[in-house]
Order: sequence, then C-alpha cells, then structure tokens
Amino acid sequence: MVVFEKPKSLTDTPLHYCPGCTHGIIHRLVAEAIDELGIEGKTIGVAPVGCAVMAYDYFACDMVEAAHGRAPAVATGLKRCMPENIIFTYQGDGDLASIGMAETVHAATRNENITIIFVNNAIYGMTGGQMAPTSLPGQVTQTSPYGRDVSVAGYPIKVSEMLSTLDAPQYIERVAVNNVKNVKNAKKAILKAFKNQVEGKGFSLIEVVSSCPTNWGMSPSQALQWVEEKMIPYYPLGVYKDKDAKGKED
Amino acid sequence: MSEKVLMKGNEAIAEAAIKAGCMHYFGYPITPQTEIAAYMAKRMPKIGGTFLQAESEVSAINMVYGVASAGYRVMTSSSSPGVSLKQEGISYIAGADLPALIVNVQRGGPGLGGIQPSQSDYFQATKGGGHGDYHLIVLAPASVQEMADLTVKAFDLADKYRMPAMLLADGTMGQMMEPVEIPEVEARAVDHSWAVRGTNCEREHNIVNSLYLKPEILEQTNFERFERYRQIEENECMYESFMMEDAEYCVVAFGIAARVSKNAVVAARKAGIKVGLIRPITLWPFPKKALAKAAQKVKGFLSVELSMGQMIEDVRLAIDCKKPVQLCNRTGGMIVTPEEVLSSIEKLAKENA
Repeated sequence: MVVFEKPKSLTDTPLHYCPGCTHGIIHRLVAEAIDELGIEGKTIGVAPVGCAVMAYDYFACDMVEAAHGRAPAVATGLKRCMPENIIFTYQGDGDLASIGMAETVHAATRNENITIIFVNNAIYGMTGGQMAPTSLPGQVTQTSPYGRDVSVAGYPIKVSEMLSTLDAPQYIERVAVNNVKNVKNAKKAILKAFKNQVEGKGFSLIEVVSSCPTNWGMSPSQALQWVEEKMIPYYPLGVYKDKDAKGKED
Repeated sequence: MSEKVLMKGNEAIAEAAIKAGCMHYFGYPITPQTEIAAYMAKRMPKIGGTFLQAESEVSAINMVYGVASAGYRVMTSSSSPGVSLKQEGISYIAGADLPALIVNVQRGGPGLGGIQPSQSDYFQATKGGGHGDYHLIVLAPASVQEMADLTVKAFDLADKYRMPAMLLADGTMGQMMEPVEIPEVEARAVDHSWAVRGTNCEREHNIVNSLYLKPEILEQTNFERFERYRQIEENECMYESFMMEDAEYCVVAFGIAARVSKNAVVAARKAGIKVGLIRPITLWPFPKKALAKAAQKVKGFLSVELSMGQMIEDVRLAIDCKKPVQLCNRTGGMIVTPEEVLSSIEKLAKENA
C-alpha cells in the first residue's frame, strides 16, 4: 500500500529553495490539486519573476515564464486562446502586488477564468530581502533598514481585502502554511480555486501567507512563529469573497 | 480572387490579419491606430475570435506573449509612445523565440510627441528596441495594399523563423483610404511541437522561457538566434527599385516618404537629372546588397526620412561610406513635400556632378 508519494504534477528536479522556505509546501499543494482533479495534461502554469522564477522546472505541466508582474496578462492570453485548458499563475508579493498590480486587478475585474496562487511573505526574497508592498509597518528589510516607516513608504497592501471589493471575482481566500491545520485549509482552498476554473466560474485567487527565514534573519521555526504572531494578525485568514456562498445570501 | 474595396490603411491591416488566420487581438487605444482596435472589436466576436482591450500596452503585449506561447497567430497594434511601453514584452517574445505581429502606426516623438505621421521609431524598430541581443523582422508598407499584403507576409515570416515581426507604418498610411484587395490566404502547416497547449499526459512538459542563468548557455542561445538572423538577411530582403537602371543618383526612402520621393524623382528626371529610388520594404533585414550594388554606379545617395535622420546610418553602413549620403527630412509630424525632395536631389547632383 502506498502511504505517501510525490504528486505526479511535480517533476523530479530538486527544488532550489532555502531551508525552511514554504514554497515547497505550496508547490506540493498546487500539484496535489492538479492531480486530484485529473487536469495535469491540460494545465499550463505561468511562473513569475521572484523566488519561484524556476517553478517551470518543478511543475510537470506545460509552463510559461512571464516577465515580472505580467503573469495575469500572460495567463489571460493563454486562457482566451485555449478556454478548455486550465491556466494558473504562481506569483510572489513583489510580482503580484507591486509591479503587477494593474495586471492583477484587471484580470480580477474581468473575472478571467484563471487561478492565481499568490505567495505573500512580506519581502523580496530573490533579490536579497528588500521591502515588499506587503512588508509590515516597522519591518526591517534591506531597503527599510530602520523599519518600514509608513510616513515614507506607505502602508502594506492587503490584496485579498482590496480585490474582494470588486464585483467580478469568483473566489478570494487568504490561507497560511505555518502549521498542519493551516496547510490543510490551504489545500482545500487551492483545490477549490482550481475546481472553480474547471467549472468555468471565473477568477480565483488564493493568498498564501508564507515565510522567508533567510531574509527575515530567523530560523525556520522562528519564522513560522513570526507568521503566527505578526503576519496573520495583520493579514487575517479567511474567505474574502466567494460568489457561491454569496449566492445563498442574496 | 477577392474584389477591390476602398479601405483605410488601419482597417486593411485588421482585415488582412484575420484573413491570415489571426484570431486573437489585444490592444489599447492610441491615435492614429485606434481604427485597428475598433475593427477587431467589431469583427472578432462574429468569427469566434478574441478582441480584448487591455488595461495598458504593457498588458496587451503580455497577452500576446501568452497566445504566442501556445503557437496561435496573434497581434497587437499601437503607436509610438504605446510601442515604447511594449518593448519589455517584445524583448521577452524575441527571447523566448515566439512568433507574433506588432503593428506600429508611428506618430511624432519623443515623449508624448504629436499625433501626426512620423518615421522616427526607425531605430527602435530595426535595432532591437528593448533590452538584449535581438532583432524583429520589420516591414514598411507604402500603400494601403501593402498594409494588407505585408501583414500577411509578416505572419508568415514570424512563423517561419519563430520570431516577432513588426509592421512599421505611419499615421498617413493608417489614415488614408485607397482601393485594396484583401488577399485570400491559404492556411499553412506550421510546427507547433514547442508550444504550450497542455502535455495531454503524452509528452514531457514544454517550457516557454527566456531565462538562462548559465552564461555559456545564454551565449549559445544568442549565437543560434543570430545564425537564424543571418539566414533571414540572406533570404528575406525586400525592396523596390524605381528608375535605377541608368541612375547616377539614388534616393533611399521607405513608407510615405518613398511615395513623396517618387514624385520628386519623376520631376528630377524631367529636369534632366538621372535619379532613381530604392525603397526598402524590409527595414530589417535592410537591403544592404541592393544599396552596395547601386553604390558602384551612382555618384551619391539621398536618404529621405520623416525623422532627424535614422535610416541614413544604415545607408552609410550598407555602402561602406563609399559615396556621399545626404539627408532630406522633416520631423515631428511634418511631411516632406515633393518640392523639398526635388531641391535636395538638385543639391546632391550639383555637389556631386
């Protein structure tokens, strides 16, 4: 009896992520969702610029590498010419919420039938730990060495809250992967985000609150604790928009 | 054989693109090319294609990148400031070896410039435009008929060499109406084994990408791409030769500047000056050999351009500076007149008798 195995939708390429980074968990959850829905053969992923830039080597489905922040536009092109295929993007906070905010908002407001996995770890990892649009007030980074001063650098962007003000999107939920319970919830949300697309329901975005031990200057366990104590209070977990649920209220 | 219809240049591009099998268009409004978007908005929904008004030119070109990744014919169009915004995406399309058509109906610049016709994006179009080592195939129509014909040609070349092509028109070409016969295009079999359309669980995954972290591999990739470019320079140069048989002087001009220059060449001939015209139709590859050959016979060249003089550099390079090359130009949206070209021809002939 097989108790545990690698999802078919992941390749055998070793991940390059730092020890304690949660990208590995999130990759796995995405791959499991694709496997469970049996859509590997018709799924196309769009990789970002950032730590997950080489996600194209890790997912076994067809992959496209997008320019920084442009993944939702690239996904729009793919989906419009192949509506029967399943298109997802995998993006970090700098990619999605800073340079790619316009692409994100407009894909959402078109209710583009795509799935976005948005990994929010409050920092630019790939370039070595600069302030992100989601860095917390007071957070020390390479480009906010005295802590993020909101009078100079402004406040963090709460992507899920902001996008849920739009009429169009189908489903927006914020999850975390800092403990087993949250990972299980994240899995459910990611699965639903893909299922929505299979059913033609439209734009689904899952914001995954994540950690970056290397650039936060913490041990992996300290980083997970920081997620619990600092990140989640600022970025509360939960469903921000679900048109199916709202349908019942109406 | 289709019939002749009276059409605006911009509309001719749009209809020819559809005839060429382009079912996906992404754009953003900007004068003087918006008729292309308007035409696509009308036609695409009726033929099951995609028209999408993107949130920006940046997004439009990345939507193009998405469709191109799947190997379907796709285009975007814009005018000078908008094409500047697309340069990032164009570089990625070139770097990932994807076919696509970008139309630039040029207006005066730099900056916001003006909305009148110009040819001052020549450098941007022919030398790369975005970052990195790459070229676009650049076609320069000089009539509404060529707006249609070269659109089809651009798609074919883009597919053949797996690279982006640009139709470099100008506001005059976009706005003017002429009789045009929209070509009937036969679908060609193109290899799409590289495209991302889903593995169907039958093959290894395809990856569309321009990232190569190992410099020796990036270098090799660029070497291979430039070998393809060399073949294009060898095989795909297009130009028109006008009254060059016995010419002692050669006018070089493309697009609307060539139309104006032809009148001046005819007038100069009447005044006894043996002058001809070479009109590059492909701006990249530039018809270097035709100019080098002309340089063996003629006493001097005149580059006629709606810019401060950009193509003139390629003329000088093509002839290895062996003969004098003078410039006749207007810029900023002003169009050179036949009289101005004629007096420049007379000056060239007088100074190089």
